[in-house]
Amino acid sequence: MAGETITSSEYIKHHLTNLTYGNLPAGEFCDGHQVVSHAGWQLAECSEAAKAMGFNAIHLDTMFWSIVLGAIFLFIFKKAADVATSGVPGGLQNFAEWVIEFIDQSVRGSFAARNDLVAPLSLTIFIWIFLMNLMDLVPVDVIPKISMLLGIHFMKVVPTTDPNATFGMAIGVFLLVLFYSIKIKGVGGFVGELTLQPFSSSNPLVNALFIPINFILEFVSLIAKPVSLALRLFGNMYAGEMIFILIAIMYSAGTFLGLFGGVLQLGWAIFHILIITLQAFIFMTLTIVYLDMAHHEH
Amino acid sequence: MNINLTLIGQLLTFVVFVWFTMKYVWTPIMGALEKRRKEIADGLAAGERGQHEQVLAQERAKEVLRDAKGQASDIVMQAQKRAAEIIDEAKVSARTEGERILTAAKAEIEQEVNRAREHLRERVAVLAIAGAEKILRKEISATAHQDIVDSLAREI
Repeated sequence: MAGETITSSEYIKHHLTNLTYGNLPAGEFCDGHQVVSHAGWQLAECSEAAKAMGFNAIHLDTMFWSIVLGAIFLFIFKKAADVATSGVPGGLQNFAEWVIEFIDQSVRGSFAARNDLVAPLSLTIFIWIFLMNLMDLVPVDVIPKISMLLGIHFMKVVPTTDPNATFGMAIGVFLLVLFYSIKIKGVGGFVGELTLQPFSSSNPLVNALFIPINFILEFVSLIAKPVSLALRLFGNMYAGEMIFILIAIMYSAGTFLGLFGGVLQLGWAIFHILIITLQAFIFMTLTIVYLDMAHHEH
Repeated sequence: MNINLTLIGQLLTFVVFVWFTMKYVWTPIMGALEKRRKEIADGLAAGERGQHEQVLAQERAKEVLRDAKGQASDIVMQAQKRAAEIIDEAKVSARTEGERILTAAKAEIEQEVNRAREHLRERVAVLAIAGAEKILRKEISATAHQDIVDSLAREI
């Protein structure tokens, strides 16, 4: 695609395709570009091939960027932790302490029980999501162009625009919610929470009739937690990315529209600073709240 | 928009990151924060204690100073009293000494007088006898009229 003139919809589609490595079944894909005689693991050369891989595929770009960003976060904070003293803190330690105190206050504010996991979990969520969202502010074409020169055709640099990443985290949080619900309330308590409310009656027969209704309501609200958590982040970032891509299309549409696009991109990027921080914060806060609910007995 | 193995990969990455943060980031930094909080609290408490002790020490110092002043004035008073006593004693002893010297002098004077009188008496007796001897050279011998001369000399 480099050097070729491509239509706007191709440009958008290209930007929204992950670098997918997976088990491709035999067949002909991508208008005959990728012909597979035997099913096997390989890179997808277009979104159609990526789709055909089904579940047996992995997004190399999402994994790469999320791990690199997470490693940067852990490296910086580990360094701060290594030099952490109770005496006069240095610049790095000051920064780390500032972030940690902010997270700690958020956790103390909305998490009533005692759990040593929640605060580090929140810190990881907040900083990791923030860094992944931050990749959105890198102009949309820079890293894909560089990787194109290195021979990599697809490169989606914002991991949080990949639902796999957001659902991965949301499911992690959801598993913790389930774990603590059962640990704190017991299996019976957890099942009771799902079946004996919000409707209950003193008459056992009526109560039994309420059980399926209650279960449907509570189950939906339980499942809604990770789904909303993941989709909210994904939707915001995906939409933001999409707008950056649309603005980027304007650059190829003449000087005037290009300049206008430049102004728009600057404005949207500045506004996006708020969104990426806010989304990271919301994800963290909701995680804390969900875990707090898991620790509460009704 | 495909959900695939990336989901599992992200989930595992997330778990590893959270574990790492919990073990190597959160605990040491929170430990340092907690330790500093404690050190500051200790420092403040120590400062307060120090101030309290300073107030106490000032009070004690005042007390000591008051005691010292009282003692000093006592000592001065005692010294004055003692000085007066010494002066009185000196006066008394000077007076007695003077009297003693005076008495001794008087006794000596008396002795001298007595001695001079004795001497004079002897000289008068000798003179009288010499005079009488000159007058009565011929008929009177000193030995014959010794008793008269002695009675005369005794009358002086």
